[in-house]
Amino acid sequence: MMVAKSSAMVTAGSVAIGIGLMGMPGALAEEIRVGFIAPITGPFAQAGKDMVNGWEMYVDEVKNDFAGATIKFILEDDQAKPPVGVLKAEKLIRQDKVHLIMGGLLASTGYALAPVSTREKTVYIAPVAAADDLTQREADKYPYFVRTGWTSSQPTHPFGEWACEQGYKRIAAIAADYAFGYETVGGFQRTFEECGGKIIQKIWPPLGTIDFGPFIPTIKQDADAIFTLMVGPMSLQFPKQLAAAGNTKPVIGGGTSYDEFTLPAMGDEVIGHISVLQYSAALDTPKNAAFVTKYREKYGKVPSYFSETTYTTGQMIQAVMEQTGGKWPGAEAFVKLISAVKVDAVRGPVSLDDMRNPVQNIYVKRVEKKKMFGYDKEELWNTVIKTYPNVSQFWKFGKAQFLKQPVYSRDFPPCKFCE
Amino acid sequence: MTSRTKAVAVAGVLLGLALIAPFTDAFVILLITRALILAILAMSLDILLGFTGLPSLGQAAYLGIGAYLTAILATKFNFGLGWSFWVVVVLGILLAAATAAFFGLFAVRASGVYFLMITLALGQCVWGLAYRWNSMTGGDNGINLPGRPAFGIQLSSDVAYFYVVFGFFALSLLMLYVLVKSPFGRSLEGIREREVRMRTLGYNTWLHKYLAFIIAGGFGGLAGVLWAHANGHVSPEDVVLTTSVDALLMVVLGGPGTLVGGAIGAAAVLFLREYLSTLVAWWQYVLGAVYILTILYLPDGLMGVATRLRRSSIALGRPEDAKHPVIS
Repeated sequence: MMVAKSSAMVTAGSVAIGIGLMGMPGALAEEIRVGFIAPITGPFAQAGKDMVNGWEMYVDEVKNDFAGATIKFILEDDQAKPPVGVLKAEKLIRQDKVHLIMGGLLASTGYALAPVSTREKTVYIAPVAAADDLTQREADKYPYFVRTGWTSSQPTHPFGEWACEQGYKRIAAIAADYAFGYETVGGFQRTFEECGGKIIQKIWPPLGTIDFGPFIPTIKQDADAIFTLMVGPMSLQFPKQLAAAGNTKPVIGGGTSYDEFTLPAMGDEVIGHISVLQYSAALDTPKNAAFVTKYREKYGKVPSYFSETTYTTGQMIQAVMEQTGGKWPGAEAFVKLISAVKVDAVRGPVSLDDMRNPVQNIYVKRVEKKKMFGYDKEELWNTVIKTYPNVSQFWKFGKAQFLKQPVYSRDFPPCKFCE
Repeated sequence: MTSRTKAVAVAGVLLGLALIAPFTDAFVILLITRALILAILAMSLDILLGFTGLPSLGQAAYLGIGAYLTAILATKFNFGLGWSFWVVVVLGILLAAATAAFFGLFAVRASGVYFLMITLALGQCVWGLAYRWNSMTGGDNGINLPGRPAFGIQLSSDVAYFYVVFGFFALSLLMLYVLVKSPFGRSLEGIREREVRMRTLGYNTWLHKYLAFIIAGGFGGLAGVLWAHANGHVSPEDVVLTTSVDALLMVVLGGPGTLVGGAIGAAAVLFLREYLSTLVAWWQYVLGAVYILTILYLPDGLMGVATRLRRSSIALGRPEDAKHPVIS
């Protein structure tokens, strides 16, 4: 399904009122047009649908009442291709005259869309795209860019320390060959090696690999554990093929390797695997229990972080609109206001740092087969085993010192201990 | 239609476009600009496919080379953002032509399906380079350009940039038209029809095909330079096989061996894809149906429509002519 025009969320009447009274003092219902870019077709469509669902659920929940304003939601499919995303963003801004664009799944799409927001002076909210530099070394270039998700290396910084605590000394990393993979592995490597660990190998299968036959046999046999970062369809295939190859080592990795939308399709081979992210559907809080139950009722599946993050974005936009009394404050003022918002989100408390990236809890999670939230079947869940509260994108390094080093890449940090 | 009336018709359409485009919607002018750039790419491919009979599946490689050259010069050397833009245009054409000269050594030996496969492989090499050579191309992230050139005229204005692209398009069309009407172009058509005969007549057919391959590459490079500035962003996605296939479809849809057909095909594909997709959810079916119907009923592409109509009206008047279909 591809919805290109307005969704059914807005009743015809409120649109008419919104258009009729726009710009008039004391208008009753201002219409905020939100351009939403997500992959609705192609290999990343599942994640894209989760993004849309989370957002829709929030808007439905507040009955599309943002302190008096209504939101008109315009969805465009970028097929997870950055050049397509750029053109769709231009279309949303120029033709639909949206107040803000949000979305973009891959880090590369985030990199491509951020300059569009600068060029067109339009707010761009990234709930998913996690490219580090957008809120780090290049943040100045993109004054209309706000992130409500995370940076790729934000969860793996504490995870490196956690790995040391487990007594791992030598870890082999296998990760998708693109910026998100480099940044996730880079964050992990940096903190893991600072507490005495060694990354002894880095393997980079191309994005979208589904046959790991050529890669798995090259994993060093004397590693204590395997660090993995998979996305989309890769997540499903890698653990299967690893188990089939007779692996007995512990497997740890980035959160996208065990997304909730792939967990139901995974077998018992992933039980015991440990990953790290700012959200888990198995988070044991009343807020999350309610969120998961409701989401599952509505869409027939467990929410992933893709759904949670767009839901939370809705919450943050709501908080801004409450402050302005339901009026669009203009792009610059909006960015300023949303940067100061603190919300008690499903994932935990979320606030933005001065480079417009969330400060939030990071959860270390183990895949377990159990019953949750009163469902009667045993299922795979990402059970939270450790919480790092209020983690910033700079971890414990401090902003100034952190920004001095280059962005994590395939060659940075250098693989000193690679054999 | 004589070739003179054809030329007048094309010039009229172009003039109309140049006059109307600035008054269109702010989004539509972006689409027109992109369509013109892709039209240059499609016409370059038409030299191979339509005139020489060489179906290439690697034309995106030259687009990629032009685009990446522009982006790398702009970001790493701050070059090409003023008057030097014109130098970049020349460099883009030369580098793409040089690459084509190298690739041509392998590709031009083959024909038919084998030519298709070799060009596909060579195109994928360029994609691989764009995707894996992180330090230079930014890998998967691609490169964001700092902005469009300014030299007295601010090309950041979409209207100004449209006219630059329009100028290059018109110039390319003219140059390629002169080329295909020249004795050289005629021999290319001869090779398309029957290479053995051309060889027996003493033509160096390999050299003819090789030169056509290089010329097509050069125009592909030009399209690339313009493409980089149109998007403000260069990504490996621009160089993927799909782009090459698209170019091929544009030529087939418009009508191979007509030059203008490639341009019409480019416009049709781009508008169906980018404009229709914002209107209806089932645009992909429309695009698919258009392709299939064209191949089934219009083997000469959209350009063949006029000929067919005329022929059928002639056939109604003078039935004896219908027995001898005109090959245009």
